[in-house]
Amino acid sequence: MIVEIGHYALVLTFALTLIQSVVPVYGAIKEDERLMAIASPVSMAMFLLVLLSFIALTYAYLASDFSVQNVWENSHSAKPLIYKITGVWGNHEGSLLLWVLILVFFGALVGFFGANLPAPLRAATLGVQGWVTAGFVLFMLATSNPFNRIPNAPMEGNDLNPLLQDIGLAIHPPLLYIGYVGFSITFSFAVAALILGRIDAAWARWVRPWTLLAWCFLTLGISMGSYWAYYELGWGGWWFWDPVENASFMPWLAGTAMLHSAIVMEKRDALKVWTVLLAIFTFSLSLLGTFLVRSGVLTSVHAFAVDPARGVFILVLLCLFIGGSLSLYAWRAPLLKQGGLFAPMSREGALVFNNLFLTAATVAVLVGTLYPLALDAVTGEKISVGPPFFNLTFGPLMIPLLMAVPYGPILAWKRGDLLAATQRLYAAFGLAILFTLVTFWMWGMDRVLAPLGVGLAVWVMAGSIAEIVTRVKVAEIGFGRGFARLKGLPGSAWGTATAHFGIGVTVLGIVTSTAFQDEKVLTMAPGDTVDVSGYALTFDGLAPSRGANYVEDVGHFTVRKGGVVIAELEPSKRLYTARQFPTTEAGIHTLVLSQIYVSLGEPRDNGSIDVRAYYKPLITLIWIGTLFMALGAVFSMADRRLRVGAPKPAARRDRTDGAAPAPAE
Amino acid sequence: MLRSIFALLLCAAVGLGSALAVTPDEVLDDPVLEERARDLSRNLRCMVCQNESIDESNAPLAKDLRVLVRERLVAGDSNDQVIDFLVGRYGEYVLLKPRFAAHTLVLWAAAPVALLAGIGGLIMVVRRRRDRFNPVSAPPLDADEQARLDALLKTKD
Repeated sequence: MIVEIGHYALVLTFALTLIQSVVPVYGAIKEDERLMAIASPVSMAMFLLVLLSFIALTYAYLASDFSVQNVWENSHSAKPLIYKITGVWGNHEGSLLLWVLILVFFGALVGFFGANLPAPLRAATLGVQGWVTAGFVLFMLATSNPFNRIPNAPMEGNDLNPLLQDIGLAIHPPLLYIGYVGFSITFSFAVAALILGRIDAAWARWVRPWTLLAWCFLTLGISMGSYWAYYELGWGGWWFWDPVENASFMPWLAGTAMLHSAIVMEKRDALKVWTVLLAIFTFSLSLLGTFLVRSGVLTSVHAFAVDPARGVFILVLLCLFIGGSLSLYAWRAPLLKQGGLFAPMSREGALVFNNLFLTAATVAVLVGTLYPLALDAVTGEKISVGPPFFNLTFGPLMIPLLMAVPYGPILAWKRGDLLAATQRLYAAFGLAILFTLVTFWMWGMDRVLAPLGVGLAVWVMAGSIAEIVTRVKVAEIGFGRGFARLKGLPGSAWGTATAHFGIGVTVLGIVTSTAFQDEKVLTMAPGDTVDVSGYALTFDGLAPSRGANYVEDVGHFTVRKGGVVIAELEPSKRLYTARQFPTTEAGIHTLVLSQIYVSLGEPRDNGSIDVRAYYKPLITLIWIGTLFMALGAVFSMADRRLRVGAPKPAARRDRTDGAAPAPAE
Repeated sequence: MLRSIFALLLCAAVGLGSALAVTPDEVLDDPVLEERARDLSRNLRCMVCQNESIDESNAPLAKDLRVLVRERLVAGDSNDQVIDFLVGRYGEYVLLKPRFAAHTLVLWAAAPVALLAGIGGLIMVVRRRRDRFNPVSAPPLDADEQARLDALLKTKD
């Protein structure tokens, strides 16, 4: 019964999306207050209905109701509670329901907090969001219904893919989806602006917090997925340039470009047409990602053609949304007036530079992902595009971009002075050179690129600190007053500095862990010891063990440094019994920022086993850097100037004007 | 991420699901040759897996290929000869870095062309704006005008 209520709620949502798609948009064009007024309540009603659906499906999973096909295919009564919950989105139908839930959640947020938006913009935005929702709810109801029942309910389910029975992967999809579905709101804002034919700096100010929110979650989601692959897949890699990874990385690149161009639009009223185009592209890439992952086209172009219902449906949606929005753009964008002139050497110029390289990088990833599919579909010729291709095309684009990062926030608006900016970055430049030389000295000439990479990372990190230091003018006004000014800096300045710092941190982690890792592949008998970058790793033996729904062989390892035990590692090989599916769990010990990583291979005779052991210097920085990036986004969102419903700048100045806070009366 | 799941599913279905790519018995005694073998392996695809190199894959085919690569190297082949041999046997699908040729022109050229087109577009926009906002590039003063200007400037002193 509860399952049917969930199903019914989903059908009802579809009915509401049809109303939402038409009435408020028509109202916005005709400036009819009454028609526009329905948008907000309907957006909230849709959210509640989809939430009800989602709860119903979750209930079916918790109750292990195997008469529901989706539950039977993906759950098992012996599965731990947490994975019964996360199993809801660990499959095609459930993950789409989560996708739609987040979609309507963002709509409801705009409905709820959008009181300060102009009524036509809000109504049109929610209307466009309604189009997207309608498409995806219809897709679910027609081809991917999670509420389908099966007659003669089986006694036991098929269990969730064991790789998904992991906390990292359990929270990865929601983060990722909040990210890429979050970009739907910027898309809806952009299309609404095109429909209304009006766009200004205020538009950018409304859109930027949404972009930041989506970007923040997408960053965390990608990072989480990467860490999961690192500890779960057993060979210590953390990024594979796989189409599914690229699917989430492309919206991230485009979204990053959009964040930067929206700043120019907000501050200087320039780059409007471009920002709108980026908003369309970013969400289009999210849709493309959904298509790539959900249609099965990646497994094989031919598999897609054999079972076309789902794939073709998403492809049609994709063409409608991307084609429709781009046509609208071509038609209406010339109406948008350009403003805000600037010299090439200025902060605007630096942000354009950022956009240029990020866009080219997005193209590199996009073509690398789609070209093999296209070639296969057109000529039947099969080629592979893997990491070596991306390293060659994407990598070089990142170098000038990273070199320019410290300049961006330091150059002045409109007309900047490159020489003056460089002077402010002397210290950062000196540090970068110093670290490059030290790395050269430590590692010698056999790895020429690595020290330069370290230098580049230090340059980005030090450069982002330099920005804060020069903004508070510590050198001129002394440390005490400088510190007071530090607190007065706007959140967006902190956001920029923190996120840029994070980029440097991630780059440092990538360079050091790739260039200086130590890898040992060998067969170890109990009692054997191997040296990994100065750490003595001893294999103590293998012992069988049993979990809730798996059996495993656990290897016991002891790590010693100078004879002192510093860690014990227990990598294992698991066999999930329901599906007879083997997985590996790496044994990882974190030493400050570096890690020792041990993974098991095939057992041999007399208790020995194949072992792969790594020392990965500073590898955790890769993910720590992404935390800084996400934190930067949070700081920027907390900026009063961007906060929804924050007082106008004039009112704010009355209270906080002056260098020191006014004494209380 | 999810790709890796497909990969593992495939490889687990095909192979025994051991979780180690390069196994100790494959490793060559000569560290220089072994290093070359590893470099080559990273650029060669395990053709029954999804987007995995033979260096990472556990599938039996990947193991066969790794052994094959090492055999060729021990026999004295250069890296290019090994690659040619594998392409001859398995087709270009085995390369993770496609060769630069007519059918991959678009693939290799896309990003550089996008960058150049972007730069070109920007230069055009900047030029057009400069023309639009500084339309008057005034003709130089003739002798008479120059004299009047000088006179005016002198009276200022």
